[in-house]
Amino acid sequence: MNVDFSEEELAFQKEARQFLEEKYPKHIQEKVRNGLHVEKEDWVEWQKILYEQGWAAVNWPVEYGGTGWTPTQKYIWSNECAKASALEVMAFGMKMVAPVIYTYGTEEQKQRFLPDILASNVWWCQGYSEPNAGSDLASLRTTAVRDGDEYVVNGTKTWTTLGHYADWIFCLVRTGGAEEKNQTAISFLLIDMNSPGISVSPIITLDGRREVNEVHFENVRVPADNLIGQEGRGWTYAKLLLTHERTNIARVATSKVRLERLKELASQTSNGGPALMDDPAFQLKVADLEIELLALEYTELRTLAAVSTGQAPGPESSILKIKGTEIYQALDELNVEIAGYYCLPFIKEQFEYGYEGDWIGPGNACNAAPYYFNDRKASIYGGSNEIQKNIICKAVLGL
Amino acid sequence: MDFSYSEEQQMLRDSVAKFIKQDYDFDTRSKILKSETGFSKENWKLFAELGWLMVPFKEEDGGLGGTAVDIVGLMEELGKGMVVEPFLPTVVLGGGLIAEAGSAEQKEVLLTSLMEGNLQLAFAFSEPQSRYNLADITTKAEKKSDNYTVSGHKAVVLNGNGADKIIVAVRTSGDQSDRDGISLLIVDGGSKGIKKQAFETVDGQQAAELTFNDVTVPATNLLGEEGKALPAIEKVIDQAALAVCAEAVGAMEVTYKKTVEYTKTRKQFGVPISKFQALQHRMAEMFMEHEQAKSIMLMAAMKCDSAGGVDPKSVSAAKSRIGKAARLVGQEAIQLHGGIGVTDELDVGHFFKRLTTIQFVFGSTDWHTQRFAGS
Repeated sequence: MNVDFSEEELAFQKEARQFLEEKYPKHIQEKVRNGLHVEKEDWVEWQKILYEQGWAAVNWPVEYGGTGWTPTQKYIWSNECAKASALEVMAFGMKMVAPVIYTYGTEEQKQRFLPDILASNVWWCQGYSEPNAGSDLASLRTTAVRDGDEYVVNGTKTWTTLGHYADWIFCLVRTGGAEEKNQTAISFLLIDMNSPGISVSPIITLDGRREVNEVHFENVRVPADNLIGQEGRGWTYAKLLLTHERTNIARVATSKVRLERLKELASQTSNGGPALMDDPAFQLKVADLEIELLALEYTELRTLAAVSTGQAPGPESSILKIKGTEIYQALDELNVEIAGYYCLPFIKEQFEYGYEGDWIGPGNACNAAPYYFNDRKASIYGGSNEIQKNIICKAVLGL
Repeated sequence: MDFSYSEEQQMLRDSVAKFIKQDYDFDTRSKILKSETGFSKENWKLFAELGWLMVPFKEEDGGLGGTAVDIVGLMEELGKGMVVEPFLPTVVLGGGLIAEAGSAEQKEVLLTSLMEGNLQLAFAFSEPQSRYNLADITTKAEKKSDNYTVSGHKAVVLNGNGADKIIVAVRTSGDQSDRDGISLLIVDGGSKGIKKQAFETVDGQQAAELTFNDVTVPATNLLGEEGKALPAIEKVIDQAALAVCAEAVGAMEVTYKKTVEYTKTRKQFGVPISKFQALQHRMAEMFMEHEQAKSIMLMAAMKCDSAGGVDPKSVSAAKSRIGKAARLVGQEAIQLHGGIGVTDELDVGHFFKRLTTIQFVFGSTDWHTQRFAGS
């Protein structure tokens, strides 16, 4: 057991750093670094570059185009990406539906969907939550009724992140009776967003932006070939996906970079006296957060090491989700504190790329509060943190 | 980077785990505590035979050349049984100082004897006023011809009564909190002029207040260079801090698992109390605290190994985080057990005691958070 990088690992670090330096588009870097609004094109452009390099699918099996990296290489890569303010690969296709397709899909489905996901030709979104099915996801009501070679889908999905960009949606649908609240009546269905009968309406969140949507299905006809695995087994597949989603949302590397940035900012900010970073009360808050993050980093490394020996990310990944989001939110909160009065101005256009008006506030201080408000979602999505505790109780503690 | 235990590391852990399981249940421990010495001499012999006393010492000194990862593995398993045999004062503190500062001859004589199980040590460093400031030393040693004369008061010295030899941190020059002028002397436990007020600690260890009244110590018993001992002391105290962190991680694992099991059997309102979500989420927190604690312990151990000794910042991160975890897990274990948790008859309360005292030795939780922030 040791924490030092080997010669090969150091060489890989150098290679990763050099690749990011040379190939990561500067205009995207500027947007991410300064907290500016990121567009669909930015994600697509960056993923296509990664695809060219063969580095888009860090966690996929090699046979489908994965990198085959060791846990340490993955760790190095995520840290280098965070340092370079690299966009994270859009999760819905790459990290959510793809593992379900390559684990449970037919050969034909793999051929049909995976290459386009990998090359970022198709934008995916997630159809899980419904207006009345949040934490109690299994109570979902969107129905899919078999009619010949097709399913007819009716219902509403909500909190569909970037659904207004999406070409395809993966959905949990009820193929059993609507009144039946059990997890054998749910199926996993892939639906073309261009199908007649689908409409998308925006939901504006606390930061004033359109990030999430409602997606309505009215007699949408979906080829039965788009069903993943067996009818009624969707809940099992969904759980696999959720486990992957949870490990991905620990965001340790990003939080490390955010923390460093926060310390810099706090060193340049004062209440008239010494810098905020030298104020013992503030210093202790930062230290506690940094220590928690350090612990989480090693919890994640332990999990990755276990996964590499063949174990799937288990219910322990719930701890990554809980702690990761708590830290992320704590960072947001400290940023608001650093912004002081400049947490007040709400100037959305200032954070559009290419804004030329008069700038208000130091750096992106005026973005601190909108980020803080928006990120309250973090402890709610992907299975709320309370649901994660239920999972730990049931699956780990046997309660 | 590698997160797996080597075969040797796994064997060592298994060997300690087996001992705790077979020979160190709670009743056995309670009997040992009531014995005259407060620990079992047979167990100590066994530890020597099994090679546990050799783990931290270099191969050239006759040890096993264990890394920090090895030591935390050993301590974690000892923590699961709340082992009261004086491993920490003898091996980690006393042995650590000799390994760090001793001459070839001192190592040859003392470490060999220690590893054979024939020498028990104590380290007298703290004083009533010093708290966690290791440089705050008023105990004086004056050199006249071939002897030092030692006078002063050392506080809460673990194994201070039973140790064959006591390593005493003394001031040979300078003012009370100067970094320079601190020396280490190896003093025979039976020396004339040492007043020992022996006591049992709240968590079952043996300790003593030691008062030195003109105790004569041969100058050849100086450990390391005169006046330059503080860095060695700091290093060994950091090693001890990491060792008790590991002990806490082991104790927390047992504590949260016992709590989970207890709630499954305890019935109230007609159902096992484990069915109540108000309690379930608290147990999920206990589980997470233990996981985070274990992670940061491993981090600190690996960083120490990378640094070839100790990495103070990482040790502080671990001690700070594990202190918090120990507090939460200990307190919650008592709360979830209810009344039985505050009784002397149940082991959980004793784990709580050990998890509590660990927070306040070798730097408290807050002290380490501050050191982390300042480094």
